[in-house]
Amino acid sequence: MITTSGLTKVYRSRGREVTALDGVDLHVREGEVYGVIGQSGAGKSSLIRCVNLLEKPTAGTVTVDGQDLTALAGRGPRAGRELRQARSRIGMVFQHFNLLSSRTVQDNVELPLEILGKSGKERSVKALELLDLVGLADKAKAYPAQLSGGQKQRVGIARALAGDPKVLLSDEATSALDPETTRSILQLLRDLNQQLGLTVLLITHEMDVVKSVCDSAALMQNGRIVESGTVTELLAAPGSELASALFPVSGEAGGEDRTVVDVTFHGEAATQPVISQLSRTYNIDISILGAAIDTVGGLQVGRMRIELPGRYEDNVVPIGFLREQGLQIDVLGQEPVLLKEGAK
Amino acid sequence: MQPLLSQACWDTLYMVGWSTVIAVVGGLPLGILLVLTDRGGLLQNVAANKVIGQIVNVARSLPFIILMVALMNFTRTITGTTIGREAAIVPLAIGAIPFFARLVETAVREVDGGLVEAVQSMGGNTWTIVRKVLVPESLPSLISSTTTTIVALIGYSAMAGTVGAGGLGDIAIRYGYQRFETQLMWITVAILAVVISLIQFAGDYAARSVHRRGGRSGPAPRLRLLKAA
Repeated sequence: MITTSGLTKVYRSRGREVTALDGVDLHVREGEVYGVIGQSGAGKSSLIRCVNLLEKPTAGTVTVDGQDLTALAGRGPRAGRELRQARSRIGMVFQHFNLLSSRTVQDNVELPLEILGKSGKERSVKALELLDLVGLADKAKAYPAQLSGGQKQRVGIARALAGDPKVLLSDEATSALDPETTRSILQLLRDLNQQLGLTVLLITHEMDVVKSVCDSAALMQNGRIVESGTVTELLAAPGSELASALFPVSGEAGGEDRTVVDVTFHGEAATQPVISQLSRTYNIDISILGAAIDTVGGLQVGRMRIELPGRYEDNVVPIGFLREQGLQIDVLGQEPVLLKEGAK
Repeated sequence: MQPLLSQACWDTLYMVGWSTVIAVVGGLPLGILLVLTDRGGLLQNVAANKVIGQIVNVARSLPFIILMVALMNFTRTITGTTIGREAAIVPLAIGAIPFFARLVETAVREVDGGLVEAVQSMGGNTWTIVRKVLVPESLPSLISSTTTTIVALIGYSAMAGTVGAGGLGDIAIRYGYQRFETQLMWITVAILAVVISLIQFAGDYAARSVHRRGGRSGPAPRLRLLKAA
């Protein structure tokens, strides 16, 4: 649905060059919620602004719903008619909501419809319908300043949906909200994704956002995407930074001659009593350093950090046993490369 | 004495009223253009921005009485005369356009860039952004700027007496200064004080009520009023 290839953005100011995006290849499938996570300055904002050409990329292409937007942009600094039409089919929500304070909630939602040249009656019908969808039907006549942050963002979402977009871009939509409101807004995005088949590309610096709504995720660092894939793939990828950030378990090794192993369960494996089987089969004492079960991307996932007596070399057989059970094993202190070979 | 004063009052309001209308009509687009053509603006054009900015600066820094004399030929082509109320309106309006344009520029610059971005993301063009974002969002400040301009124009209009346009300033000079009729002078001062207070009050009220419609509490921005005083 959204594809970027070789997307590069270089900012030039007073002779200095800053590369915000360095050849980003992103592929968002239709109907999925895709999260791009990274620290401030990683280039997330530039990325999402390049998708609807609010920022013009220095190089590379952006294709949304089969339409090459970079080709529509032309050479001038201003957006031509075709690009503006394409933009009206891409909804966008912002961290600071960006509602017009001089307009009522309903008039804010009607704004994109005014731009599309819809008649007054059509506009108000559509706006009220959307406000109902986001649960704010009773606030139609209120002004944004009278709403809470979460309500403002709901208006922002209703407004973004006014042009019946297939794609919704979310620029840190929950970063200015408290945790509880964040959850309700994310739930709304998830519902819209499922009810309307909306494809959502969101950027965030909060791991929880990715954890609770995303089907796929990408980790961005210094203008590059360093890891990406569906959440399931990421959790299954040995040594994945995103996976361990999505699902952290803590606990330190008790001593030098110990092996610490992270065991990740998903699907069937989660129901098997593997740890007691391991203990009984090899007659070893296993200490559990930390464990957690959570839902990531709608999947039940468990992760456990266990400690086995003896060095890694002494534990090759028990670790092999765990792998045979279809579990994902990460041995701490071992190179991910080795693990990858071991997993195959 | 009374017909004299009421005529003077009427002359002042007539001159100030028309020149305000022209100043707003001319200054509003000019001020918005100053923002749009600036670096990073929607219609970025550094050369045009410099030229407009320079014209505005020069026009603003000219003392009004000189502007009035300098514009005499221009005034004659427009009104057919260089004497009287109509003739005074031309330099008043031309003096007030750049003044108002600068105030508009400051007001429009304060509009959150995120709002512009939001309308761009909806597919809005520059004209849509001006009409639906920049002007309505800065309306309270624009109203305050208009008030400031009116008050400044009342000040300028005192000098319009030199081209025979009448008005309260003219009375104060001719009767109060040249004929030592102190009482009449103080009456004009009092009338001017009342008129200015009323205009200021009405302007503040209008700005605040527009502002309050947005639900934000607190007084309308008065900073710009102080600067002009």
